[in-house]
Amino acid sequence: MDLKKRSLLQAAALSALAASALVACGKKDEAAPAPAPTAAAPASAPAAKAEPLKIAFAYVGPVGDGGWTFAHDNGRKAVEKEFGDKVQTSFVENVPESADAERVIRDMAQQGNKLVFGTTFGYMDPMVKVAGEFKDVTFEHATGYKTGPNLNTYDSRTYEGAYMAGVIAGAMTKSNTLGVVGSVPIPEVVRNINSFTLGAQSVNPKVKTRVVWVGKWFDPPNETAAATSLINGGADILMQNTDSSAVLQTAEKMGKRAFGWDSDMTSYGPKAHLGSAVINWGPYYVKTTRDVLEKTWKASPDKIWWGVKEGAIDFVSVAADVPEDAKKKLESVKAGLKDGSFSIWKGPIADNAGKEVLAKDAVADDKFLGGINFYVKGVEGKVPGGDKK
Amino acid sequence: MDSYALLIAATLNAGTILALAALGLLINEKAGVVNLGAEGIMLCAALAGFVTVVHTGSDWLGFAAGMAAGALMAAVLGVLVIWLNTNQYAAGLALSLFGGGFSAFAGIKYVQEKLPERPHFSIPVLGDIPVLGPALFRQHPLVYVAIALAVFLVWFLWRSRLGLVLRSVGESPESAHALGYRVRWIRFAAVVAGGSLCGLAGAYLIVVYTPLWVEGMVAGRGWIALALTTFATWRPARVLLGAYLFGGVTMLQFHLQGVGVEVATQFLAMLPYIATIAVLALISRNPAWIRANMPASLGRPFYPGS
Repeated sequence: MDLKKRSLLQAAALSALAASALVACGKKDEAAPAPAPTAAAPASAPAAKAEPLKIAFAYVGPVGDGGWTFAHDNGRKAVEKEFGDKVQTSFVENVPESADAERVIRDMAQQGNKLVFGTTFGYMDPMVKVAGEFKDVTFEHATGYKTGPNLNTYDSRTYEGAYMAGVIAGAMTKSNTLGVVGSVPIPEVVRNINSFTLGAQSVNPKVKTRVVWVGKWFDPPNETAAATSLINGGADILMQNTDSSAVLQTAEKMGKRAFGWDSDMTSYGPKAHLGSAVINWGPYYVKTTRDVLEKTWKASPDKIWWGVKEGAIDFVSVAADVPEDAKKKLESVKAGLKDGSFSIWKGPIADNAGKEVLAKDAVADDKFLGGINFYVKGVEGKVPGGDKK
Repeated sequence: MDSYALLIAATLNAGTILALAALGLLINEKAGVVNLGAEGIMLCAALAGFVTVVHTGSDWLGFAAGMAAGALMAAVLGVLVIWLNTNQYAAGLALSLFGGGFSAFAGIKYVQEKLPERPHFSIPVLGDIPVLGPALFRQHPLVYVAIALAVFLVWFLWRSRLGLVLRSVGESPESAHALGYRVRWIRFAAVVAGGSLCGLAGAYLIVVYTPLWVEGMVAGRGWIALALTTFATWRPARVLLGAYLFGGVTMLQFHLQGVGVEVATQFLAMLPYIATIAVLALISRNPAWIRANMPASLGRPFYPGS
């Protein structure tokens, strides 16, 4: 028995070691692709080659999630492509929004990374803390609201993508009932539901939107159940503000239509897919990297909020069966957002209780957009907890 | 009316996951072994089923893989608690924690992989009946298998010789041992059978219900199934009804939101747990009732020759 026990213990210790070794391998360092050799190789090479700028990314999910984190990693690749051997990027995936985040982010700073991107709301406080300890490192945090002398916060105007999805949904719906699977009723998500509805109403005033909340960003079985309920309740086109492709897959299974969110999700439901509202983090990551390389990076007290105008938001892979005039309308919206001639949140806009929230011709500023806690006319029900002021 | 038919269909679908797992746990517990590893078993089985369907394209091979994974993990638990007499509760918890971590680690490459197109099922003739058809007769075959399994278990446990032996091992292993039955092997068989049913539930969840793998995607259903066996006071028919009740509450919550009825969703979301606690409190207060249902040697190790 003693021998047996001992070998059991040894086996356990060995497997623990093996597991930790494997986990350690999970952190990838991607060397920058070698620059293509040019015909005119410089005869007089510079005396000393500058050290590459080390950039680290902390991801909340796996790179293969097909949505949120996948989009951030495409941004990282854009940086690699743009700067070649001037930069060296690395990332850590599946970093939970807990004390682990602080440890991982501090580790990144200690390893000589001079630019650190944290790509989820929950990293905010850890980043504030670590940024205070490493004054010579530049920190960039996505979707938060706290800044510092070496910490900026950035975001993308996802509601512009939601509006464009709405334009297509309004044109394509037969039942005039749209469904949205919501994650958590924070202003960002409520703004997306409203913008989706406003877009749909711009081409089809008869549409109404129903919302089902699942209470999590990532809960595929319940996202499936919520999507099923919406379809059973008469919705024929779904949109989601959750992080998996479950809603699109459910629509595919039940013969309805839906959209991709954050990344192009065409392949997850080729028959159901009407188009994808994608976030392109590349332009912002490239600009920030250039600022740091050229020592022109500046702290910004306000959130840096990019949209279609800056190339951060796009609507792609529109389905073949979308009618031509809806496609035209989509293009004109995109063009208007690009040159600033069109605003989604321009009055008159009323909430679904009939109260005017934006007067005629008034354009919402970022402060208004950041505090939306009502549904616009056409969305059914009430925002959970929305009547608390 | 039609939307209620669909609600019933969705309830059967959601309830089947719980029913399969809880019936498996019922077999375990009837033989005197508590399996707190259900959540971890379901996660590993879900991953095994998913990986198998991704590579072979066959749902049925996926179910078989899920059952095999469940049986394997349950066998580990069986060796630990039946032969090494480790504490059943601690060993089961460890298995759940291991299953959660291991499946997350092993499944990294499969996050957001896709399954081939999911088939639709409909029983000929019956599936075309208005209202009743979509409500009851267009389900995945496993939905009916779960119902048949519950009926079979009622017969097996109370009407067959083998079932009687199984129950005796859970009630009084010493007596069964004295009669010449191999208590440990009977318990082991029950644990492996129960584990493979939990595995089937995990595979059903990922192959039929939500065809995508993410870490922790079982999301507490293993624990609900465990509560459900108690909620149903160890009766297969009640397990089945309880599973539909718990599955139905979740679906009803989303359905009410979807048709625009104002509900406190958080309240509905906690109902299954409240109901379980209520039943636990009720049967714990009634010694006669609990003794009539709970296997007397549940959770107790058996030492032959003691």
